[in-house]
Amino acid sequence: MHTINLTESFDGDFVRKIECESEQNVSLCYQCGNCTAGCPYTFAYDIPVSQVMRLLQAGQKRTLLSCKSLWLCATCESCTTRCPNNIDVARIMDVLRHEARRQGYGSERSVKVFWDTFLDSVKRHGRVFEMGLAVEYIARTGRFWTDLELGPAMLSKGKLAFKPHSIQGQAEVEKIFERFQQQKEQCA
Amino acid sequence: MKIGVFICHCGSNIAGTVDVAKVAEEVGKLPDVAYSTDTMYACSEPGQEGIIQAIKDHNLDGVVVASCTPRMHEPTFRRTVERAGLNRYMFEMANIREHVSWIGKDKESNTQKAVDLASIAVAKLTQDRPLIAKKFGVNKRVMVIGGGVAGIQAALDCADGGLEVVLVEKTATIGGKMAKLDKTFPTVDCSSCILGPKMVDVAQHPNITLYANAEVDSVKGYVGNFEVAVKKKATYVDWTACTGCGLCTEKCPSKKATDYFNEKIATTTAISIAFPQAIPKKASIDPEYCIKITKDKCGVCEKLCPTKAIRYDMQDETVIEPVGAIIAATGYDLFDYTRYGEYGGGRYPDVITSLQYERILSASGPMAGHIKRPSDGKEPKNVVFVQCVGSRDKSVDRPYCSGFCCMYTAKQAIQTKDHLPDSQTYVFYMDIRAPGKMYDEFTRRAMEEYGARYIRGRVAMIYPKGDKYIVRGADTLAGTQVEVEADLVVLAVGAEAAKGASNLAEKLRISYDKYGFYMESHVKLRPVETNTAGVFLAGSCQGPKDIPSSVAQGSAAASKVLGLFSKDELESDPQVASVDIKRCVGCGKCIETCPFGAIEETDFRGEPKANVIETVCQGCGVCTSTCPQGAIQLQHFTDNQILAEVNALCQQPLVTSFE
Repeated sequence: MHTINLTESFDGDFVRKIECESEQNVSLCYQCGNCTAGCPYTFAYDIPVSQVMRLLQAGQKRTLLSCKSLWLCATCESCTTRCPNNIDVARIMDVLRHEARRQGYGSERSVKVFWDTFLDSVKRHGRVFEMGLAVEYIARTGRFWTDLELGPAMLSKGKLAFKPHSIQGQAEVEKIFERFQQQKEQCA
Repeated sequence: MKIGVFICHCGSNIAGTVDVAKVAEEVGKLPDVAYSTDTMYACSEPGQEGIIQAIKDHNLDGVVVASCTPRMHEPTFRRTVERAGLNRYMFEMANIREHVSWIGKDKESNTQKAVDLASIAVAKLTQDRPLIAKKFGVNKRVMVIGGGVAGIQAALDCADGGLEVVLVEKTATIGGKMAKLDKTFPTVDCSSCILGPKMVDVAQHPNITLYANAEVDSVKGYVGNFEVAVKKKATYVDWTACTGCGLCTEKCPSKKATDYFNEKIATTTAISIAFPQAIPKKASIDPEYCIKITKDKCGVCEKLCPTKAIRYDMQDETVIEPVGAIIAATGYDLFDYTRYGEYGGGRYPDVITSLQYERILSASGPMAGHIKRPSDGKEPKNVVFVQCVGSRDKSVDRPYCSGFCCMYTAKQAIQTKDHLPDSQTYVFYMDIRAPGKMYDEFTRRAMEEYGARYIRGRVAMIYPKGDKYIVRGADTLAGTQVEVEADLVVLAVGAEAAKGASNLAEKLRISYDKYGFYMESHVKLRPVETNTAGVFLAGSCQGPKDIPSSVAQGSAAASKVLGLFSKDELESDPQVASVDIKRCVGCGKCIETCPFGAIEETDFRGEPKANVIETVCQGCGVCTSTCPQGAIQLQHFTDNQILAEVNALCQQPLVTSFE
């Protein structure tokens, strides 16, 4: 354990940016730990979610953006549901993940690549093109054997098409991406 | 008219951002001002002497002090001018501190605004007339509403002080929440052993009339002369005949009645006496469960009763009690923990409230003091306490700390170990709030001597597993998620305003906060007074309180009543509405709008006219703005007085343009 110099390492701009993008006030957190208590992924986290909140209050940018928990969060929103102060903790985790991506952190590369390929696919087609997602993910990670056994079953049920097909209202999905971009710029 | 003006420096509070000498000079130029000066501290002894001297030297008719808010020192300066021989209403105050110096830094603008405000006060004073307070008699009886420990203390102190006391209690016995407790912190002494004698004193005191099983129906009148209608709810037993022998309760065949005293962990008989030390020790019937009342069968108690006290046809009865003061001591209720679905929402029999646990611990409770699980009657090994259930939780609209849960949880952990030496207790807490004499030492003792394992973190969920419960929480100090296998879970439920508290507040015309707790007149300096004269507060109705604080407040409220009643006559505030009978057309609009029922219709030579009952009028002024004739005027705030102020302000040349 090393001593943290709170005066020097506190990054106020970082805290403000995360608060702005997540529309949450991190000062509301009084560290009761209910988010950690309810979190089903605590077993896999390197930093439990209540301590993520604490480190955010303390403006510890580098520690936060390089932590694995951000990428392991399943966004199940147990933390948000349990928080006695009505903080949307899952959204803060989400925003931290975006920030980590922008700043070039990606401590769980396979998760990050999955998100990238998933969102690329949605952006392109308005929905996920499963086959394309699988191929791209495998190509970028080399994880060929992962979930391979699911392939035949999905194929036989017609869940794994060979061609992408777009959806009605693709424009609306694009607007979601635009809105995200706008908010990001507002808080920058 | 000769007016004296005093501009206060208030040290540097005002003089720091207002040129007080200039204000005095400018205001001194007004036509009616005979004397104008600045003074260091107008409220100080030499400051007041200066005012008195000026009144005498310059033969002044009235005084303006420009200083702080009138809420602070208006009464002070009114007494000052009175000492110099003037009527106390020939005084006006201009607030140049809260309204000027504290809120602006621009000295020039501040000075100009201070001149404006002082000039307005001078203009008003030119229209002021001496007012004389009327005196009225005081009924030296006091009503205490609520028979918990705070109400008991207030009633006993008032009664010992020689006052006649009427104590009204909603349930069938006094004692309140404290009577349900087994032991009390931080001494772990028996609750009923220390409360019992006080309850007996209430029953035996010649000055106390006790109405148990009764509620306040309506309140009329004003300080010194209230009339309270008390509804005595039917008990179906003639309490003048009942001796409390308990024969009826032994033989009653209807044994499934809700046992409110035991917090519903057991059932009781349809005719029952709450507990052995109940005061009054009288039986009452729950009509919902009485076989005679519901089905016209049975009648066992009537046959058995040696004094023939049973009255199945009893009706509610209302009595009117004239009193001069009222002490509200209505206490609190427990937070409804079933709102926490993650703790089972009331579905798990072995997840209980702290007050239910008190009844389990109590030797006179349904389990005779043996700790057993409600589900299967087995002794628990692991007992888990969860604190802050309904406290410090914005998501259930209870952001406040209930204040006493940390202490009673530590006490219950200690008692658990005393009762079951092989047991292990766990306490999930957020922070230990133990500021009191011997309090923190007490919580430390629970950990150090009784081995209670304190875990800093909230509990996210409780779920059954086999015949146990898994309590999943966090240990934020270890930075991890934790689980405990519990045989019994005790939820430290927080306090909330008593059910019906807001309803009673409206009858008493006192205000309450957004959670239903009654508002004191001043948070620090008037903690047991309300803004309604003659109505006082004691105990948890004002906010969650432990026993020592409740008792202290009970005594404090009693001393306020004794002080009030030390005078035979009270003075009414002359700043009330008054009717110009020549202008009144008897339309009755003022009677309709008056929120206090202070205006009545009278007959004047065959014409209907409005008449203000001066002791009831609170001086709100609603009637004056309603009257189409301008016939009803609020004394000291008449239309002419207010227009004089407006004129003074509007005739000032505008110094700064705000456009």
